[in-house]
Amino acid sequence: MGTLIQLEQVTKVYGRGHAAVNALDRIDLTIERGEFVAVMGHSGSGKSTCMNILGCLDTPSSGTYRFGGVDVGALSRDQRALLRRHYLGFVFQGFNLLNRTSAIENVELPLIYRGIPIRRRREQAAAALAAVGLSGWEQHTPGELSGGQQQRVAIARAIVTDPDVLLADEPTGNLDTARSREIMSLITRFNQERGLTVIMVTHEADMAAYARRRVDFLDGRIVTAAEGPGAMAKGPQKAPTT
Amino acid sequence: MIWETYLLAQRAIRRNALRSTLTVLGIVIGVAAVITMVTLGSGATAQVTSDIAKLGSNMLQVRVGQGFHRGGGARGAATPFRMADVQAIEQQIHGLQGVAPVSSSGMQAIYGNANWSTTITGSNADFLVVRDWPMARGRIFTESEMRAGQAVCVLGATVQRRLFGDEDPLGATIRLGKIAFRVIGVLGAKGQSSFGTDQDDFVLIPLRTLQRRVAGNTNVGSIMVSAMDGVPTEAVQTDIERLLRERRNIAAAQEDDFHVRDMKEIIDTLTGTTRVLTALLGAVAAVSLLVGGIGIMNIMLVSVTERTREIGTRLAIGALERQVLLQFLVEAVVLACFGGVIGIALGLGAAALAAHLLAIPFIFNPGIVSAAFLFSALVGVVFGYFPARQAARLDPIEALRYE
Repeated sequence: MGTLIQLEQVTKVYGRGHAAVNALDRIDLTIERGEFVAVMGHSGSGKSTCMNILGCLDTPSSGTYRFGGVDVGALSRDQRALLRRHYLGFVFQGFNLLNRTSAIENVELPLIYRGIPIRRRREQAAAALAAVGLSGWEQHTPGELSGGQQQRVAIARAIVTDPDVLLADEPTGNLDTARSREIMSLITRFNQERGLTVIMVTHEADMAAYARRRVDFLDGRIVTAAEGPGAMAKGPQKAPTT
Repeated sequence: MIWETYLLAQRAIRRNALRSTLTVLGIVIGVAAVITMVTLGSGATAQVTSDIAKLGSNMLQVRVGQGFHRGGGARGAATPFRMADVQAIEQQIHGLQGVAPVSSSGMQAIYGNANWSTTITGSNADFLVVRDWPMARGRIFTESEMRAGQAVCVLGATVQRRLFGDEDPLGATIRLGKIAFRVIGVLGAKGQSSFGTDQDDFVLIPLRTLQRRVAGNTNVGSIMVSAMDGVPTEAVQTDIERLLRERRNIAAAQEDDFHVRDMKEIIDTLTGTTRVLTALLGAVAAVSLLVGGIGIMNIMLVSVTERTREIGTRLAIGALERQVLLQFLVEAVVLACFGGVIGIALGLGAAALAAHLLAIPFIFNPGIVSAAFLFSALVGVVFGYFPARQAARLDPIEALRYE
């Protein structure tokens, strides 16, 4: 409901003087609550920089980024960390799970930083694992899980805090097609059932097809912001938010 | 929060159990070395103290010449004591338990075929009181035997064993040099002194006998005095000094040509040496603790590099800079404390074993144990801080991309 993310004339410059490169060049982008956006582009197109800014890991050199009305550029490093902690969930290409640590302990991690007491933490983490279809795998370590299962654990970790936005950076990049479809339908389900806003970077058109909207980057600019086919997404246009 | 951080740290340590163990080895060895050294040192000190206490802790020794810490040069030149000095001390100094004049001479003791080179000590019955020395058998000489200078003797335990073995010495006649002595008693055994000499290797005879028949003079080598319980030895010492200065006509400006030695003085000198040695060894061991700390820092730095992606992930999911700092700091401290505890256990074990082998008392010193523990925790904080700060200051974007 309403605008969640708003980029206005956002520019990101790396380096100085002659070596300066505009990784992002005056980008405007608005994302509503409950949307599912695929971000595409070649490497060096600026899509990763844009994701870092959307994920509050980086700040614009100029222009404004408003998240839920808050100017992220004005926040300190710790304030941005708190924003991530409470509103964002991350899924990475390489899963980024803690080795030799059980699935449930991995999923618990964000809850620990939220200061949630152990019993509630266990319950919530178990519920999140169940939601990604990994009931019964709680005590397995990443080494004992397949790639697809690892990514499910990572998704469980991202959604266990019930965030507003899921930022997925090539979530299927390390997976085969069958596993990729499973992951995508899982993400789509969270988008539809929970109204979770999803922003996903991918370079595979198949995967982008799951999204309802596509944003293409080229040389630091957005070239198209077309409505995607939304092939698998037949959910409500604007999902309720929690 | 701190408990959670501790759990996180414990989890991280367990994930790398072998490396964690190797990392803390430096601390373990350092702490163990400190604990062993200091425990053995206090054991040795206690041993020396109790050895000297066997001499009689309230004992004073009056010698001709100057004190040994002042060079002790003029002994030969000074007038020796006489029995009159001993009697003056007996009569004029209050609070004394006993006064024993002592003169000694080296001599052969012969009984039958047995022959033993020993020391003949001339003294009186107070010798036993002053030195707190029990009789094993028989009796000490009587007043009249002493006054008459009779040829009776009391054997030290070593002499008794050497000359008589299992035979009963009481009533036997031995020869000391050319003179025949009747054995009337045997002293209890005291064993080795802390100077490493055998305290039981001597024969006690009446002083007058020694003066007349052996030395051929009326000199008294030294006077041993013991104060009654509750009488401060310092007071006795000054009284004796005043009396002897008067008797020996020493002018106010002149230095004493005799010296009153307190047993405490000897205890202090000897335990002082062991204390300095203990401190030195402890310091050397503490250096190894420091080296252990550097080991922890090294491994923590490696660990931070290796776990860059993990740190990036933690930062991305909302860990604050200070939480990451705290996590790595706690990890270092937990590691160091873990090493400290193992080191303490090992050190105490080694000290107990060594104390048993060296036959010195094992003294558990809670002060040094807690100090070692706190110091290892401190090492963890100091050497963990830098790597922890490195971790906390990582750029999450770089960290997530790190391969």
